[in-house]
Amino acid sequence: MKAIPAKLLRTLKVLVFFLCLGPLSVLTWKAFHQLLGANPVDVITRSTGKWTLVFLLLTLAVTPVRRLLRMPWLIRFRRMLGLYAFFYGTLHLMTYVWLDQFFDLHSMLHDIAKRKFITAGMTAFALMVPLAFTSTSGWIRRMGGKRWQKLHRLIYFSAAAGVVHFLWLVKADRSRPIAYGSVLVALLLFRVAGWLLARARAPRTSSGITPPVLTRPAANSGDSQI
Amino acid sequence: MLIKKPNEIPSSEITPKSSYLSRRSFITGAFTAGAALAGGAYLRNADFSAGEPATVEAASEKLNGIVKSKFSTTEKQTSFQDITNYNNYYEFSTDKYAPAGLSKNFRTRPWTVAVDGMVKKPQTIDIDSIMKLAPLEERIYRLRCVEGWSMVIPWVGFPLSVLINKAEPLPSAKFVAFQTILAPKEMPGQRDHVLQWPYVEGLRMDEAMHPLAILCVGLYGKVLPNVDGAPVRIVVPWKYGFKSIKAIVKVSFTDKMPPTTWNISAPNEYGFYSNVNPTKDHPRWSQATERRIGDGIFAPKRKTLMFNGYGDQVASLYTGMDLQKNF
Repeated sequence: MKAIPAKLLRTLKVLVFFLCLGPLSVLTWKAFHQLLGANPVDVITRSTGKWTLVFLLLTLAVTPVRRLLRMPWLIRFRRMLGLYAFFYGTLHLMTYVWLDQFFDLHSMLHDIAKRKFITAGMTAFALMVPLAFTSTSGWIRRMGGKRWQKLHRLIYFSAAAGVVHFLWLVKADRSRPIAYGSVLVALLLFRVAGWLLARARAPRTSSGITPPVLTRPAANSGDSQI
Repeated sequence: MLIKKPNEIPSSEITPKSSYLSRRSFITGAFTAGAALAGGAYLRNADFSAGEPATVEAASEKLNGIVKSKFSTTEKQTSFQDITNYNNYYEFSTDKYAPAGLSKNFRTRPWTVAVDGMVKKPQTIDIDSIMKLAPLEERIYRLRCVEGWSMVIPWVGFPLSVLINKAEPLPSAKFVAFQTILAPKEMPGQRDHVLQWPYVEGLRMDEAMHPLAILCVGLYGKVLPNVDGAPVRIVVPWKYGFKSIKAIVKVSFTDKMPPTTWNISAPNEYGFYSNVNPTKDHPRWSQATERRIGDGIFAPKRKTLMFNGYGDQVASLYTGMDLQKNF
């Protein structure tokens, strides 16, 4: 398998790290220079929400891309991208909690229970929390690779809830949520295809049922899981 | 998207009329002309929004002989910049920052409004005649968008009842239906089927005849900018903004409740009446509070008032009606 020098990888990681801070930097710069237009809170909400979805999809794109392009080392960026999804998701939630609701717990609980799109958004965020929490190498060791991976499949549901959240909040123009949804479906189909392929290749067991062989990047690339 | 650099815009075109010149808007004008990018702690009405440079309406013709109205609020007015760069005008775009630029070349002349249906005198009136139908009044109204934001806007116009009386509606006429122009060549949003075009709206006869309902042809003492519905729109301040239909070409009188665009799009979300009502939630968001445009990022939202604060004048129109059902 192809690999890249450790030093280059480190440099790339630093570069990607700062690149991912770009959206926040632009937003902050604009906020300080009063360039967020007539409704700044609306812009901040939409921007942080958009980047949460983008990073969720980028995280989900790592596996397909590294396989299709035969660049196994890309896995080294997945944790960072996933944590950035959580980071922007947290900012998005904070915008709601602070700038929209002003910490009015009663109003927020009412909102979460009553408004479908907020329920979906909160679900998407809640599903990210355990993933961010267990994102360290220590937790992978403690949980064991298989269990860890099983837990982290929650990202599929988080991303789906995120897209639904977007779809339910728009008034009439559904083109953008549909665009995000299509990318998500493509990324999930890649996994289904991989699963079906692995199943077809696997030797039949006596019961005729083949246990699903999961695409485990770490196992076959020799690269670390993260 | 039309892209225009801030320094290409003379301050004269964006500064609110001097009669309303507040300290803040003065700063806005000065800064925008000189060094929009430098920014200032209290300067918030600059030339960019949502990452896309906004365009500002070209200086439009000043309207003469405007009289003040007792119906005007004394609340702080939203800046001309914000009014003309942030609004919903789906005929141009579903993005609230985009219509300002996309409506620049929209043609408002020649323009006629057809008045027909259950009237004694059906007629087609030229826009320039409409502007002379009655003395122009300044009506400084609160505007509450169904999305939960609000503005205070100095409209210029006259009571809608003037136009209605001119047509002499028959006693059988119970509703007035309005229609926006269908011009997909000039209105890019109409090429997408996000909503059913042309946009249609309607009022009950007594609502349309109410002195607060106006036919609007101006803003901030000038001819109405394209982005705000030029050349002629209605403003019904106690209802959510989408009821105040823009760029009107047809006014019809009928005995049946006319179809309305957002109601067709989502009947459970937008009713025919659509009166501002903090106790009647939109299915997807609360209507209890609103964000006043210009209040700033850390300002708490304001409580939304029943009938947008015009209850004293209009509540009697709805006596005995269940406003939860007739939302």
